[in-house]
Amino acid sequence: MVKFVRHPKEALKDYEEKIPKGIFRYCKNCGAKFYFARAGKYRVCPNCGYGFRVTARQRLKMLTKQFTEWDADLTTTDPLAFPGYQEKLTKAREQTTLQDAVLTGQAEIKGHSVALGIMDPAFIMGSLGTANGERITRLFEKATELSLPVIMFTASGGARMQEGIQSLMQMAKISQAVNDHRAAGLLYIVVVMDPTTGGVTASFASQADIILAEPKAMLAFAGRRVIEQTIHKKLPQGFQSAENAYRNGFIDAIVPREQQVEKLDQLLTIFAGRKWDEA
Amino acid sequence: MASEKIAAIMSGARQDSKTDMRVLIKQLFPDFFELHGDRAASDDAAIVGGFASLDHRSVCVIATNKGKDMTERLATNFGSPTPQGYRKALRIMKTAESLHCPIITLINTPGAYPGADAEASGQGQILANNISEMLQLQVPLLAIIIGEAGSGGALALACSDQVWMLEHSMYTVVSPEGFASIMWKDGQRAQDAAQLMHIEPEWLKEKGIVERVLPEKVLADHAAALKQLIVEQLLDFDQIKLSQLLTQRHARFRKF
Repeated sequence: MVKFVRHPKEALKDYEEKIPKGIFRYCKNCGAKFYFARAGKYRVCPNCGYGFRVTARQRLKMLTKQFTEWDADLTTTDPLAFPGYQEKLTKAREQTTLQDAVLTGQAEIKGHSVALGIMDPAFIMGSLGTANGERITRLFEKATELSLPVIMFTASGGARMQEGIQSLMQMAKISQAVNDHRAAGLLYIVVVMDPTTGGVTASFASQADIILAEPKAMLAFAGRRVIEQTIHKKLPQGFQSAENAYRNGFIDAIVPREQQVEKLDQLLTIFAGRKWDEA
Repeated sequence: MASEKIAAIMSGARQDSKTDMRVLIKQLFPDFFELHGDRAASDDAAIVGGFASLDHRSVCVIATNKGKDMTERLATNFGSPTPQGYRKALRIMKTAESLHCPIITLINTPGAYPGADAEASGQGQILANNISEMLQLQVPLLAIIIGEAGSGGALALACSDQVWMLEHSMYTVVSPEGFASIMWKDGQRAQDAAQLMHIEPEWLKEKGIVERVLPEKVLADHAAALKQLIVEQLLDFDQIKLSQLLTQRHARFRKF
């Protein structure tokens, strides 16, 4: 018979300290704790399927190896000369190896040439400012010029507060580039990642021909705290989830990361057969 | 002092005399005929839209309205339109487009309504659609910010060829309270926020966000001066070909 021994609390603490940091991960969506390697190469919770926030460059690796970056050097002018902003930018640049919160360029996905944009939630919450606003605008303009479809992976806390009203103007600037791209008869697909909110939801994330989303991703306009303060009620769990948005009719399909290349390929192949293209 | 100026702008933008937009609409457009409903689900009181004649020409007027008293302000969510409101605004603007009427938007809103229902009916998606559609409207667009103009909820009514604002009005990425709450988790520091955000209309004009800053006295004497300015602007629009107007509008927003 096995005799169980109750370890004193102090001893357990010793054990815990011996586990190297980062070995166990915690899913912020379902609360599951798991050995980090189980998230796999797509960085997904093994319990609920939630896709963890990863940098744009990590995200790119999950999609394709063939990629030429565009406008890599665009940086913000810091229009408000906002205190502490430069330090924040420096830190974010080191963390993401991007100049601002989006990665753009031309990519090959299963043989299809596309203009690809991936927002980076690790860069000041993927917030929309003048630099990434310009980069996304140029992505659409160049795609229009080269007759390429655009695939945009969105993740953003909304407008970048540190750039004030100029951030708001990016919404209009990008929207008209999306309009021009559409007027040229070109396809635009959005993949909503966690979290897509505020000014990004209220502009290009919602203007695509086809809107896909990752499981459990948050898709919202107003923040949870703001809503709860407005209506003086607690919101139910998952109120602003992709699944809820899907039920309400705002998303075409929810596609887990491991199926995204395949589904994008399917869509790009379907629309490659348009007669309109040849005219 | 700079901070006194900021305080004056904030209180001036939110003064009670500006909350009832119907008064201003009556003054500017005595024969205004109001249209109702979004043709889909409901009629949001926070958006007032319709048609009128101004100096013998037909114009479309779209305004946000906070309301004259508490009952009205509750009904309009203090001037924060719901998705239904933006849908109503757009359907009236589309009518104006097909009837070749220039559109004048009068703005006094803290932003789009951040409620649970609004989220569920796609506030963000509706705003995205309105911004996209407004930028393409084939008629001249003039937006005038009377009081507050906050965030995407204001932008969705101000993707215009000309954007004007009153001396004591503010056009911001988010309300100063919201800004303070996001940056410092302290909504009380709205004044500090306003200072950092540069809410001074002159600054916005310098940056090309607005074309004109109007003195508050344009509202005096039944807004006679404002009316005159709008009439002159419409005449200016007449001088421009539609294709050129759209090119200019594109350039206006491309520069940011």
